[in-house]
Amino acid sequence: MQKQEPLLSVRELSVAFKMRDCVLTAVDGVSFDLDRSQRLGLVGESGAGKSVTGFALLNLVSRPGYISGGHVFFEGRDLATVSEEEMRNIRGNRISMIFQDPMMTLNPVLTIGQQMIETLKAHRHISQHEAEKLALSKLQKVAIPSPEKRLTQYPHEFSGGMRQRIVIAIALLTSPSLIIADEPTTALDVTIQADIMELLLNLCEEEEMALLLITHDLAVVSQVAERIAVMYAGRIAELGSTEAIVNAPQHPYTQGLLKALPQKVERRKRLNQIPGSMPSLQERPPGCAFYDRCELRGEICHREIPRLEEKNGGLVACHMVKTVAGKEKK
Amino acid sequence: MSNFIEIKNLVKRFDISGGLLEEIRFKGGIHREKTVVHALNGVSFGIKQGETVSVVGESGCGKSTLARCVIRIYRPEGGEVLYKGTRVDNLSSSAIKPWRAKMQMVFQDPYASLNPRMTVYQTLLEPIRFHFPNVSRSEADDRVATVMKQVGVDPDWRKRYPHEFSGGQRQRISIARALAVKPEFIIADEPIAALDVSIQAQILNLFMDLQEEQGLTYLFISHDLSVVEHISNRVVVMYLGSLCEFAGTEQLYTDPKHPYTRALLSAIPQFGNEGFRHMRLPGDVPTPINLPTGCVFHGRCPHADERCRQEVPALIPAADGRVVACHGVEEGRLEWL
Repeated sequence: MQKQEPLLSVRELSVAFKMRDCVLTAVDGVSFDLDRSQRLGLVGESGAGKSVTGFALLNLVSRPGYISGGHVFFEGRDLATVSEEEMRNIRGNRISMIFQDPMMTLNPVLTIGQQMIETLKAHRHISQHEAEKLALSKLQKVAIPSPEKRLTQYPHEFSGGMRQRIVIAIALLTSPSLIIADEPTTALDVTIQADIMELLLNLCEEEEMALLLITHDLAVVSQVAERIAVMYAGRIAELGSTEAIVNAPQHPYTQGLLKALPQKVERRKRLNQIPGSMPSLQERPPGCAFYDRCELRGEICHREIPRLEEKNGGLVACHMVKTVAGKEKK
Repeated sequence: MSNFIEIKNLVKRFDISGGLLEEIRFKGGIHREKTVVHALNGVSFGIKQGETVSVVGESGCGKSTLARCVIRIYRPEGGEVLYKGTRVDNLSSSAIKPWRAKMQMVFQDPYASLNPRMTVYQTLLEPIRFHFPNVSRSEADDRVATVMKQVGVDPDWRKRYPHEFSGGQRQRISIARALAVKPEFIIADEPIAALDVSIQAQILNLFMDLQEEQGLTYLFISHDLSVVEHISNRVVVMYLGSLCEFAGTEQLYTDPKHPYTRALLSAIPQFGNEGFRHMRLPGDVPTPINLPTGCVFHGRCPHADERCRQEVPALIPAADGRVVACHGVEEGRLEWL
């Protein structure tokens, strides 16, 4: 069977920020594919470049930042080069975005109904009545009780979890083929977080939407995504199936992250910590960015940036990971 | 063994009504009515010397208010806080001073809790000078160098300002500031919540190492249930200003009794794609302004009955040493679960 073209194909995407006396590269040659109705998790610490990558996909990087290289192919077009008018037609229509803080997305002075209808009318020729009907059905989909009444209410009349459900309902309005969710549950409590993640997962399956889930929480991402890309200092360190990343991580950074979890050692015993911290944008080393913190580092790591290569069935950017015979199977 | 810290029936309310005009109500004539947030409603538990007790709960449950009442940043409206048997909650600001050197606090955000215009040296010297004015300059300098070494920050960096350090290092410096006056008891309010995953383990290890070296007692406030499971001897679960359950960590995590504890623990994200198995709680956390009658959790509890809606459950000690505030558990109604 011929392999279908991926829905989203990111190739060597780079984002830089122009400062007064230097140019800082926040995202440095990131490449990944996302198939239709597939779910990919983008994991990393703050400053790893995961959110900037998400923004760059929608051409939303604002000055002094700019896309300094690479391509973003989506449904046959390169989003890094399309006109702003064409981009507006894709953004919020074919690709929807969900942010961490629902109050950042919702307008506090408009009712939920007004905001939903506004979104629809921006992308479709649709009558007021039709728009209302569609808004209502989407609110039902995200399990908002008494949606007719809720349409006339303002964002402040909802709890944090309910607001995030509304943001998801708005994202669903135009039946997009891709949703980018940037830390959608970080501002919420654990019990609500589980509800929202489950909702997002079910909706993606029902509506056959692809999901790019950006988060710092490996456990959350492993519950939802089929594949995980681990980012470190602006580059992808490792990309593989969720099972492989969680159970048999190859990159020393991914291994370190998982080993440092409290579940991995006996209670009240010292945790396996990774020494040091991620280098800031100004102090990225010439070779591998993880060099200073890595136990396996060799001489080549200091000189040469490792490329993301296929090793043992997954993609890893590490000079020290060797291919083991018999593990080549996909 | 008697308790090192004893918290008895602690009550804290905040009046948020603002000015006189906002208090005026016109229901059946004109009268004044205050808007009050009930942040703590009779919380009691004890901490033994050298142990770590953690308080968990969702945002707004009163866990930070509790921490601030224990160290007397807030003055509680009711109840008592005993430090080695001495009441400290009703002391005046000057009388509390000697106790403050024994109790220190570490805050969540190391970007906000360190003065950006003070060097590390100045930051660490200030509490020593304040609590021990008779200490000589060279002794104080030695103390600063010692605590910097203890937390793993090179003493040669004492002339630097907070912005020159990473988040993890800043949190080390705020821990050093707490240690500078040789405290016995440290209250840490979400000390790792603002840090990156790879840094969290470093700071947790530091807390555990310091406890072992210096026999410190910790009250640890956190919403991260896996971290709490790892570091605590005993855990307090709070909901809407009330204590639900207080038990040994292993007891609590392997066999939670209170329905809210069960729901909370079931929501911890588990690795792998085995799907979601968390308990779904109906509705939202009610506002602490108009507290529900009876058990504060009854509106969302799948096992609530008439008694739960009417009567506030008492903190009832069980045979295995834990304390549970639930009518259902008391009556044995929930045993079959």
